[in-house]
Amino acid sequence: MVQTFDPKSDYKVVGTRPIRHDGLDKVTGRAIYGGDVKLPGLIWAEVLRSPHAHARIKSIDTSEAEKAPGVFAVATNADFPEPRSGEIDTGEDVVNFERDTKNILAKDKVLYKGHAVAAVAAIDRNTALEATKLIKVEYEPLPPVRNVDEAMADNATILLEDLVGDHLGEDVPHTNIARQFRHEFGDLDRGFAEADLVIEKTFTLQMVHQGYIEPHNATAIWDESGHVTAWSSTQGMFAVRDQTAGMLRIPESQVTVHPVEIGGGFGGKTKVYLAPVAAILSKKSNGRPVKMIMDRNAVFEASGPAPGGKIIVKMGVTNDGKITACASDLMYEAGAFPGSAVGAGAICIYGCYNIPNSRIDGFDIVVNKPKSAAYRAPGSPQAAFAIEQVVDEICDQKGWDKIQFRLDNASQEGTRRGDGVMFGKIGLIETLEATRDSDHWKSPLEPSTNGKLRGRGIASGYWMNGGNKSTVDLMLQDDGTVVMNEGSADIGGTRASIAMQAAEVLGLPAEDVHPFIPSTDSIGFTATTGGSRTTYATGYAAWEAANKLIAEMSNRAAVLWGIDASGVEFDAGKFSSSADPELSISFKDLAARIGDTGGPLSSTASVNLAAAGAGYAVNICDLEIDPETGKTDVIRYTAVQDVGKAVHPSYVEGQIQGGAAQGLGWALNEEYFISDDGSMANHTFLDYRMPTSLDLPMIECILVEVANPLHPFGVRGVGEVPLAPPLPAAANAVKDAIGKRMLDLPIKPGRILEALAE
Amino acid sequence: MDLPERVHVRTTINGQAQEFLVPPYMSLLDTIREIAGLTGTKEGCLDGNCGACTVDIDGRIVDSCLVLGAEVDGQSITTVEGLATKDGLHPLQQAFLEEAALQCGICTPGFLVASKGLLDNEPNPTEGRIRHWLAGNLCRCTGYDKIVRAVQKVAASS
Repeated sequence: MVQTFDPKSDYKVVGTRPIRHDGLDKVTGRAIYGGDVKLPGLIWAEVLRSPHAHARIKSIDTSEAEKAPGVFAVATNADFPEPRSGEIDTGEDVVNFERDTKNILAKDKVLYKGHAVAAVAAIDRNTALEATKLIKVEYEPLPPVRNVDEAMADNATILLEDLVGDHLGEDVPHTNIARQFRHEFGDLDRGFAEADLVIEKTFTLQMVHQGYIEPHNATAIWDESGHVTAWSSTQGMFAVRDQTAGMLRIPESQVTVHPVEIGGGFGGKTKVYLAPVAAILSKKSNGRPVKMIMDRNAVFEASGPAPGGKIIVKMGVTNDGKITACASDLMYEAGAFPGSAVGAGAICIYGCYNIPNSRIDGFDIVVNKPKSAAYRAPGSPQAAFAIEQVVDEICDQKGWDKIQFRLDNASQEGTRRGDGVMFGKIGLIETLEATRDSDHWKSPLEPSTNGKLRGRGIASGYWMNGGNKSTVDLMLQDDGTVVMNEGSADIGGTRASIAMQAAEVLGLPAEDVHPFIPSTDSIGFTATTGGSRTTYATGYAAWEAANKLIAEMSNRAAVLWGIDASGVEFDAGKFSSSADPELSISFKDLAARIGDTGGPLSSTASVNLAAAGAGYAVNICDLEIDPETGKTDVIRYTAVQDVGKAVHPSYVEGQIQGGAAQGLGWALNEEYFISDDGSMANHTFLDYRMPTSLDLPMIECILVEVANPLHPFGVRGVGEVPLAPPLPAAANAVKDAIGKRMLDLPIKPGRILEALAE
Repeated sequence: MDLPERVHVRTTINGQAQEFLVPPYMSLLDTIREIAGLTGTKEGCLDGNCGACTVDIDGRIVDSCLVLGAEVDGQSITTVEGLATKDGLHPLQQAFLEEAALQCGICTPGFLVASKGLLDNEPNPTEGRIRHWLAGNLCRCTGYDKIVRAVQKVAASS
């Protein structure tokens, strides 16, 4: 039974903007990130990576490297124990350790340029790097499969000979299509027959990277007792624990992961690349701690970017502005191994619309590129780029108001999502209305006076948000403050947002709840920070733990006063007797009496939330294009989002602004530019062009608060949906500016110049 | 194994005289982090494109991954650890906290050092000037909005 709430809107702590608890360490350089870990006897490891996008490994000779001065050990895939085969549900994630071990150290074949082949541990980083050059690898190069069209061609080169594809339930060998699935409702043919206008467009997208500034890193010790201790920049220390244990085939209890600060992740730091390798090297180096930091080229070439691919959307509407049918094909690049975000993309593509007759086909396709990983609302931005442009095109052709059309066809409570799930309480309509009533939408776009071409675009986006498992422990201190241990990696302010929820219940200021993230051995299981789940689910656990603490403290007040605990009330930081107004004690004073009323007090709460409140966002983008150079400048941007309840509005705005910036980069510049040989040509920050401060205006935020009934304070996850609308908002603005619809990402200057020349 | 050649360097870091023997290939970034033990200066790309390793050398804002440790003999370096004094945080550090100008925090040391370099020379920069100056520092979390506002706040109060 799912508990529901009728949250109020005004709070003492929730909704305020205190200075975050971990802020001081981060502005002084004191905070310890993964790269900052130092241990006695520390040695370094570097990785030898494939120069080929696709090749068979004929032999690996590590003997020269092993003999090199300063080298402790060399590791290859042969050092992994025989992996468990097939897909394994770890309770947190479905993993395939056979493929994961092959991904972090290649076996038999290399499947993308940069694929790790061997690793060397040595006395320092430079010695390790030099020693990797002494390893001799003999390759038999194979033709690279560079995109979904090449992968699906009749005579395609096959990446994974042992892959049996699941094509609509049928086992298909010798294929690069790992999975084809379908969601279908209503009568598609009848729906299109009822339509007065049918628009079909095909979109292409390139892989993009999350672009976190901190490279992947790990430090590990595999000691003589068989215990692995690791430090790694990650969104989920339990995921590092479970994946490391799984790949090394040791019990999870034999792995301890210490959290370190994480320098950005956006979904990309949910997969493990280094910790098991560092552990193997440590064991081979007599238990020395081994530290690894990926260089930036490797982060681009060999971590987990977001899928590119191809999307076809066909939508039908009647003359009175109702969608009758929609059919979509989503072909996503999984990278070298199956498992793209196409499943989530399919869930999201119709998230903003009530469509009576629909079909979605999803294709998960392997190509010779790094294995894709999550990137902020994984799969949804690509889907939004496609469907929101089709909607925009329909409105353009019919001359309809773009917000009114969306309102007329909006998803609301009870609407069936494209995969069949019924929506609970959602705030799309409120978000669209807030956009319509915004200063930005009501201010007409001023014509340009400098010869540039101006346009305005609007687009919406959806992300379902996640729940899952979280644990929070609270420990009452004698001075009336509370220490809070929680298991969620803090990727951008969640210590504060979780502590604030505990503080709200406890009647304390945010500063009096001290949040800590202890090791995997010191807190109950908590799922990875991802799916926009942390402030929602770990915050829920904090609320529950705080209520338990208050109940225990009420018992102590009852002991103090010799009354029954049922007669103790707690309000506004004070415990009092409902029968005797003379009996009253503050939280702080009672905390000082805990010792003589029964001893120290702590509470714990673990939750496993099956559902979450969905997130919706609508963005308005004004931009201008230089017709001489094709360069696009965003000149005004407004992001409107239903956030449920903003626990710390500054950090909610931060999520929205950061998502808008990433989305504009994805829309206008960012791409894995793949050369003929299958390699990424632009694997530095110089050539992989992420937005700088000079490329962006201020991002205006409008927070809509439609309380989520599944959370005591009405919280919805806010971190991911901000990335869905910017791609189509920018594309629709470009169409408005130049009169041409841009179907291929990124909408870079060259493409704009080509479109203008047509 | 034979010990590699080392270069003798005398420098000042955050006001403290320091003396090192550094390998000739070692970057200033690694010298600061691994030899001086100041890990507030961050590694992001090692090719001068992200600004996470920004330090101040004699009043110049520099990507420390592009400078060799052996090159800074006789020069004076300021890192993020040198911004606060015994009297408290630098106004930029305080403003970054108050304006929520950081999320993950990995780029923050570089932004703070770079922003100080701007305000030390131009106390009242325009928004455009701030954006231009900070364009060598990448932030992937914030969209720059709150960083620019934090710098503006300090500029306005100077």
